[in-house]
Amino acid sequence: MIRFLLKGILRDRQRSLLPVIVATIGVMLTVALFCWMNGFLNDSIELNARFSTGHVKIMTAPYARNIDQIPNDLALTGVDSLMMKLKREFPGIKWQQRIHFGGLIDAPDSSGETRSQGPATGFGIDLLSGDRSDIERFNLEKSLRRGKLPAHQGEILISELFSQKLKVNPGDTVSLIGSTMNGSMTMYNYTIAGTIVFGSPAIDQGSVIIDLKDVREALDMNNAAGEIIGYLPDNYYDDKIAEQVVTRFNLLFPPSGDEYAPVMTTLRKQNNLGQMMDQISQVGGFVVFVFVLAMSLVFWNAGLLGGLRRYLEFGTRLAIGEDHSHIYKTMIYESILIGLIGSVTGTLIGLAISLYMQKHGLDIGSMMKNSSIMMPSVFHSRITAPAFIIGFIPGLLSTIAGTALSGIGIYKRKTAQLFKELEA
Amino acid sequence: MIKTAVPIMLLCVSLNAQNPSAKEIIDKVDKNMSADSRVFTSRMIIHSPRNTRTIESKSWSMGENKSYTEYLSPPREQGTKMLKLDNLLWIFSPSTDRIIQISGHMLRQSVMGSDLSYEDMMEDPHLLNHYTGKVEGEEKISDHDCWKITLTAIGADVAYQTQKIWVDKIRFIPLRKELYAKSGVLLKRMELSDILQIQGRWFPKKMLFKDVLKEGDGTEFLIMDIEFNTKIPDYIFSKASLKK
Repeated sequence: MIRFLLKGILRDRQRSLLPVIVATIGVMLTVALFCWMNGFLNDSIELNARFSTGHVKIMTAPYARNIDQIPNDLALTGVDSLMMKLKREFPGIKWQQRIHFGGLIDAPDSSGETRSQGPATGFGIDLLSGDRSDIERFNLEKSLRRGKLPAHQGEILISELFSQKLKVNPGDTVSLIGSTMNGSMTMYNYTIAGTIVFGSPAIDQGSVIIDLKDVREALDMNNAAGEIIGYLPDNYYDDKIAEQVVTRFNLLFPPSGDEYAPVMTTLRKQNNLGQMMDQISQVGGFVVFVFVLAMSLVFWNAGLLGGLRRYLEFGTRLAIGEDHSHIYKTMIYESILIGLIGSVTGTLIGLAISLYMQKHGLDIGSMMKNSSIMMPSVFHSRITAPAFIIGFIPGLLSTIAGTALSGIGIYKRKTAQLFKELEA
Repeated sequence: MIKTAVPIMLLCVSLNAQNPSAKEIIDKVDKNMSADSRVFTSRMIIHSPRNTRTIESKSWSMGENKSYTEYLSPPREQGTKMLKLDNLLWIFSPSTDRIIQISGHMLRQSVMGSDLSYEDMMEDPHLLNHYTGKVEGEEKISDHDCWKITLTAIGADVAYQTQKIWVDKIRFIPLRKELYAKSGVLLKRMELSDILQIQGRWFPKKMLFKDVLKEGDGTEFLIMDIEFNTKIPDYIFSKASLKK
């Protein structure tokens, strides 16, 4: 019977063309939107993970409570031994020490007086130890706009926008004015090695990247770090695995009386990312629901029109003795086939669009010039396994629901009146 | 008539002698605490929540508006110099060979992570020039009878809008201070002790500052040696001296 119905659908294009087109468009939009939201979430998480949260992060409890103030006076101490223990106990996780800091970058004139000055957000990362993890994670080589990456102590990177604001160039010397871990004012001279563009306005406005050793020297943070960041295996964030790591960490470092003992948290619990992940997931479900609803109405309408067009056909079939429920069933089967065809074509087109967007992305940088939120300015789609099947939910559900609603009219046809209708 | 009036007058004079006005008390405090010029070496012991640090410095000050400080130790701070002229402060850092100017609210930031602000450390204000006082009562501080006085700022150019001071009745030295913001919030507490007579005046050699908005056990400011009204060459209070 399926083959018979399929032949009918393929040969009678008036019966199938519009529903297939509607299903294809609906499924295509669902798939493309799903991949887009996935990409948005992934890009945002990835950016936060690379620059700020990691997949898991270790801090002291008071530092975590006041993290917005970058309180390096509450930083972790004795990090060398802590790192050794972490590497031993969690060998699959990549651990990196980070020091975030705030301060002023001061550019002198020829007489050493302040020529220009601006507030800076600093990242103290591992640039010179030979381990290139942080260089790759911050995508520094591709982000480099002018100059070169730091090769020696005392060399720093500065965001291109910031360098333009301060009117400084690679090779120039600038002073960092900040606060040491003990709260003393500190001044330190650096040479600009290069300028960078990350593509996130919040970071690009005033960031400097300095080797961890240089930051430690400037901020008097010997054997200390604000944060130790961990990246899960395959560099992929999995909330369940991250929670397991936290549980194990808490067993290894049980709460003690030390106020400054290390505590671990997951990416999900930082920067409101958990809330964002949940909201995007809810929005995804809502979008699918809306598509199912809207397409069901369209299919209902298409089914009613089809019912009118096929009024004679159904009357004849009833007249020759076909049961109402059998006709209704065949209509549902037809709709399943139409839904399948529409879902497959819609999914293929949706995936093709998403693939393009995954590769090229959409640059919304011009809309985010003054944004202070850490968000990427280029959003990419991201194709994941659910994208291959998610389109089938609205594709099939809506065609079936639409046909089921419009097909109810079959039961209103009375056999006694059929011949009168046929004669007419 | 005269027989009645004379004892009453004598009683009034006697009471007045026992209860000097706030202005008189503040004037005597100023005569002890302030000078035309001061040169002193100090040791600042900062009791942070996580450690204790000691910083030594030598300071020169002239009047209320000129002050110059050079840090002697620890090695990290050694050679750092600060010059304050009116409301401007210049800091010289030997590691950068740069002079940075700070002003405005930055002057109320902590010096070297201590409980003292740049203004606390480098200013020597005559209280009578900036505050009006009111005697609130009498209290004992460390077995010393004190006047409790509330000082209210005359203008807006002071770091603390209100101060409560407990002044030793005999030596006219504040033994305790509470420093308040304009909003009425308590900002700092000070305990002054080790009071010695130096060059004919009483002066506390130990001051414990506690910034109540900050964690830690406060900062001890110890005067190692001090000279009052000594001649200080003018070049000390110039930017050129910072790089010397």
